[in-house]
Amino acid sequence: MAEDLLRLEGVHTHIGQYHILQGVDLALPRGGITVLLGRNGAGKTTTLRTIMGLWKPSAGTIGFDGRAIGGLPTPDIARAGIAYVPETMAVFADLTVRENMVLAARDAPLDGARLDWIFRLFPALKKFWQVPAGVLSGGQKQMLAIARAIAEPRTLLLIDEPTKGIAPAIIEAMIGAFDELKRETTILLVEQNFRFAASLGDRVAVMDDGRVVHRGAMADLVADEALQARLLGLSLDTHQ
Amino acid sequence: MLGSLLSDDLPRSRLLAAALVAIVAALALAPFLFPGAAAINTAAKICIFIVLVASYDLLIGYTGIVSFAHTMFFGIGAYGVGLGLYSFGATWPVLFVGLLVALVAGIALALLIGLMSLRVRAIFFAMITLAVASAFMILATQFSEFTGGEDGRSFKVPELLRPATKFLDAPVLGVDINGRLAAYYLVFASAAALFLLALRIVNSPFGRVLQAIRENDMRAEALGYRVVYFRTVATLIAAAMAVAAGALSALWLRYTGPDTTLSFAIMLDILLMVVIGGMGTMYGAVIGASLFILAQNYLQRLMGLAAEALAGVPVLPHLVHPDRWLLWLGVLFVLSVYYFPSGIVGRLRGRK
Repeated sequence: MAEDLLRLEGVHTHIGQYHILQGVDLALPRGGITVLLGRNGAGKTTTLRTIMGLWKPSAGTIGFDGRAIGGLPTPDIARAGIAYVPETMAVFADLTVRENMVLAARDAPLDGARLDWIFRLFPALKKFWQVPAGVLSGGQKQMLAIARAIAEPRTLLLIDEPTKGIAPAIIEAMIGAFDELKRETTILLVEQNFRFAASLGDRVAVMDDGRVVHRGAMADLVADEALQARLLGLSLDTHQ
Repeated sequence: MLGSLLSDDLPRSRLLAAALVAIVAALALAPFLFPGAAAINTAAKICIFIVLVASYDLLIGYTGIVSFAHTMFFGIGAYGVGLGLYSFGATWPVLFVGLLVALVAGIALALLIGLMSLRVRAIFFAMITLAVASAFMILATQFSEFTGGEDGRSFKVPELLRPATKFLDAPVLGVDINGRLAAYYLVFASAAALFLLALRIVNSPFGRVLQAIRENDMRAEALGYRVVYFRTVATLIAAAMAVAAGALSALWLRYTGPDTTLSFAIMLDILLMVVIGGMGTMYGAVIGASLFILAQNYLQRLMGLAAEALAGVPVLPHLVHPDRWLLWLGVLFVLSVYYFPSGIVGRLRGRK
């Protein structure tokens, strides 16, 4: 399907002796948010890291924006237009918020208008602009990690569990930010918080044992509690 | 103006700023403030080691690369200039060609080591640099016909830098205005320029990427930066600066040999100076090199005075006997690492 922005076909990934991804098939059309759900250990994070080149696929193909990126070095994949926000609040702690953002704008100075937009999404970053990122709270670090990924326009954002360990008030702010973000870019979001995922996701893919076992519209999954129970079991944190 | 000179990396601590001003002023006026050959030698050594330690900090403190080959590049600079002046005569063109050859050789060797080993894990890189540095030291001592072997080579420097060259007939403030004074100020000005260059590099966008790589190379790659490229360029810059420091050392000492440039004792000293001053803080090079070299040169003398003053008191004079200066230097290092884990500069800037 030519219109797909990202397409994984039969992707296998081994980490040491462990066979984590066992034939992942996944297609992302342009625009909107696709949420990757599944219990712990299903292979969601490995899928993102394999797309990003941090793990090399042992078999299968990964196509992005019309070119094969499977096995390319990570910097080449990043330069092709994919940004990755890992689950670990991945900021550079010794650098200031400003320096973290400047690093993300690889080839040109930070665009002022874009920076204003980012400050509107995440006002705390403006307040702590000259502060070392290491002293920010967990939620602020997560905001910085996301802001860094969008410091320049990117075609695809891979975001891994942005709400993990984050206070509910900040999660609410994040929902607003993601809602705005999905208007300008395509997002593949790994999430355990079903309420957060359901409020944002346009599409959903559910993983189990290293494979995608369900694909469809998020609205359909939200409306079908029996399907939720069958696919997601009790491992998801519903944050009710 | 000052902010621009320091690449907007200000000391951010009054005490640190005062210490830096005092050190720079003392070094700038050393020939006039501290008469005598020993004092001026100490001042010149501090200038040279500030450059050497700053260049090593660029590697270990800013990029997270542990190399044991830094003295090899220091030696390449010293041997390049020294053997050039020894073999082809003490002229400025020979000096510059010697420096150029040393820079090319040092950068080529750093590139080779970097491309061969910066892809592997840090511990393997450290081991490879250790092996290459050992091999280089053995080569320098074995090719004795060319290098002078373990005795090294003494040589003349260009006339302008010789002690016999007098610029004024009468001393100024009790100091002879001669070639030796010119050599000192050449070392001081070159060291200042190289240090400011290092400060500019670590505060540039390139320097920020190095710090990002030090913190987490995977994250830096995910932002689109080729880690091996940045690490390699950092090793080339550090090597070039160490070569320049070696050339300054040769010019000042008018001698080059394995013990003064290539020995692992110097590598250990550099490491200690970086740790004491504060890793990842260029100003740590100034503080660390100054304190360490002053302790190395004057602790023994101070202990002699203390032993005399304590004569008659039981045990204490034996404890502070000048022969035990290395023991006390060791105690000072242990205490400084214990109380200043982020180095003196890190502590003064308020980091834990």
